[in-house]
Amino acid sequence: MTAPLLSVSGASIAYGKVEAVRAVSLDVGHNEIVTIVGANGAGKTTLLNAIMGILPQSGRIRLNGVDITGIEIEDRVAAGLSLVPEHRELFGTMSVEDNLQLGAFRNARAAAQSFERVYALFPRLKERRQQLAGTLSGGEQQMLAMGRALMGEPRLLMLDEPSLGLAPLIVADIFKTVGELRAAGVSVLLVEQNAKAALQIADRAYVMELGHFILDGAADTVAADPRVVASYLGFQNDAAARV
Amino acid sequence: MNTTILLFLIQDGITNGAVYALLGLAMVLVFAVTRVILIPQGEFVAYGALTYATLAAGQTPGTAMLAMIMGLVAFCFDLFAARKAFRPKAILRAAAVDIAFPAIVLALTWGLAGRANAIPVNIALSLLIVAAIGLFLYRIAFQPIAHTSVLVLLIASVGAHLALEGFGLIFFGAEGLRGPAISDAMISIGQLQITGQSLAVYGITLALIVALWLFFDFTLYGKALRATAVNRLGARLVGIRTSLSGQMAFLLASVIGAISGILIVPITTLYYDTGFIVGLKGFVAAIIGGLISYPITAAAAIVVGLVEAFSSFYASNYKEVIVFTLIIPVLVLRSLAAPEVEEEKE
Repeated sequence: MTAPLLSVSGASIAYGKVEAVRAVSLDVGHNEIVTIVGANGAGKTTLLNAIMGILPQSGRIRLNGVDITGIEIEDRVAAGLSLVPEHRELFGTMSVEDNLQLGAFRNARAAAQSFERVYALFPRLKERRQQLAGTLSGGEQQMLAMGRALMGEPRLLMLDEPSLGLAPLIVADIFKTVGELRAAGVSVLLVEQNAKAALQIADRAYVMELGHFILDGAADTVAADPRVVASYLGFQNDAAARV
Repeated sequence: MNTTILLFLIQDGITNGAVYALLGLAMVLVFAVTRVILIPQGEFVAYGALTYATLAAGQTPGTAMLAMIMGLVAFCFDLFAARKAFRPKAILRAAAVDIAFPAIVLALTWGLAGRANAIPVNIALSLLIVAAIGLFLYRIAFQPIAHTSVLVLLIASVGAHLALEGFGLIFFGAEGLRGPAISDAMISIGQLQITGQSLAVYGITLALIVALWLFFDFTLYGKALRATAVNRLGARLVGIRTSLSGQMAFLLASVIGAISGILIVPITTLYYDTGFIVGLKGFVAAIIGGLISYPITAAAAIVVGLVEAFSSFYASNYKEVIVFTLIIPVLVLRSLAAPEVEEEKE
C-alpha cells in the first residue's frame, strides 16, 4: 500500500498554555473524502489551521510522504495543500475573476484550464465573474472560496464548515460538488458541524471531542455508533424535525 | 494681489502638489500592503535627488556602495532564514537579487560616474540605486518583524529614517545640491511662464499614476499586491508570499520617492535632510486619504501644495505650520466619524 496523501501524527496545538488539540493522529488517503465531526469548540478548526501552517503545532505532518512540518503556509500551498477557511478570506474589493486568477498565482500557466474546470463546477461564478467578491451572497462566496482554492490544483482540499450560515438548498448543492471533486482526483478533508450531511458523502470519519478523537472509522460505521447518534445525529434530526 | 501672482502661486502649488501626490500614493500603497507607515519615504526623495545631482556633477555617489553593503546584509538574512530547509533554488534567487543586482549597479556607477552622461542615463542609474536601497531596507528592517503590530513597525520606520538620514549626511555632506533640469524649455502664456521642468513634473506624475493603475488592475503581480492589502491571510492561502508583496511595495515606493526627488532637485536646493519635510507633506495627504484612498490622497496632495504656495506668499514664516495644521481638522473629523477605537488584533 502506498503512503497516505496526508498523514498527521501526534499533533498537539496550544493557545498559550491552553492545549486545544492533544496528540491527534489522522490520515487522508488518495481520492478519499474524510470528515472530522464534533461540537463547537472541539478543536476541529484549530487542527485544520495547524495542518495549513497558520498555527504552530508539535508532532509531524507529511504530505505524500514529504515532511511539511514547520514550513510556511505558502510552501504548503506549493506542495499541494489548500484550505478554504471558515471565514473564507476572499478579496472582497476585487472581482470574482480576479479572485480566481489569484487562486492560480502559483501556477499561472495552467490558469486557463483551471478557469474552465472551476466554471464547470460552479456555473454561477461564471455568470458573476465581473462582480466584486464582497457583494456576492453567502452561498456564492463559499463557491468562490472553493473555486479559488481549486484554481491552485491542490491534491488535498481542506474545507472548514462550508455549510456555515447557508440555506439548506445551497448546502446540498455544495456537498454535491464536494462529492464530485473525488472524480477530479482531489482528496477532501472536511470539517463540519452538520454531521449528518458530512457523514453521507465521506468515506471515513473522525469524531472530535475536547481536543482529541474519541472515534474513527468508515463513515457508515461512525454514523451508526450510538454515541454519535446520541450526541450529533440525534440533535441534527431534532433540528431537522423542528424545521 | 494681482492675477499674475495668483496664477503664479497656483502653478507653483500644483507643481509641488503633484510631487506630494506621488509620495502620498506611495505611502498609501506601502501601508496597505505592509502596515508600515513609511517615514523613510523622505530619504528615498533625498537619495534620489542627491544621487542624481552628484552624478550630474561628475562624482561617484556613496549610495551605490550603501546599496551593495545592504545587499550583502540582506543576503546574510536570507541565508539565516533558509537554514531550516536547504533549497538551492531559493539561495540562488537570493544571491541574484541581493548580490548580483547591487553589484551590477555598483559596477555601472563606477563605470559611468565622472563622465558627462546624458540626463536619462543619470536618472536611470539614480533610480536603480535607490530601488536597491528600498528593496533591501524592507528585507533588513521590516521583513523580520512583518507580523508585529503597527506601532512596532512605526518605531522601526522611525529608526530606518534616522539611520538613512545619517548615511545621507556622510554621503552627500551638509551642503545643498541642485541638479540639472530635465527640460530647459519655457512657454509663455500671457504673463504666465511655464517652465519645461514643471511640465515634466505634471507629465511624469500623470504617467506614473496611469502606470500604477495599469499595474494594479491588469497584471498578476499588481493584483497580488492588492490582494495582500485586502486580505493578508487570504493572500497567503493562495500562495502569495507576504515577503514578496512587501519587497514589491518598498521597491515601488523607493522608485516613486526617487523620481519625486529628481523632479524637484532642479527647482529647489535639496539637503540631506530636506527629504523628511517633503515626505511629511505627502504623509499629510495620505492621512487625509485615511491611508486607504488613492484618489482622495492625490486630491489632498494638490490642496496641500496650493495651501503651501499661498501661505508662503502671505505668511512665509508660518508656511510649514499652516500645512501641518491641515491634519488637525481631518483627524478630528475622522475620530468623530469612526464608531470606536479598536485595539489591533493579531
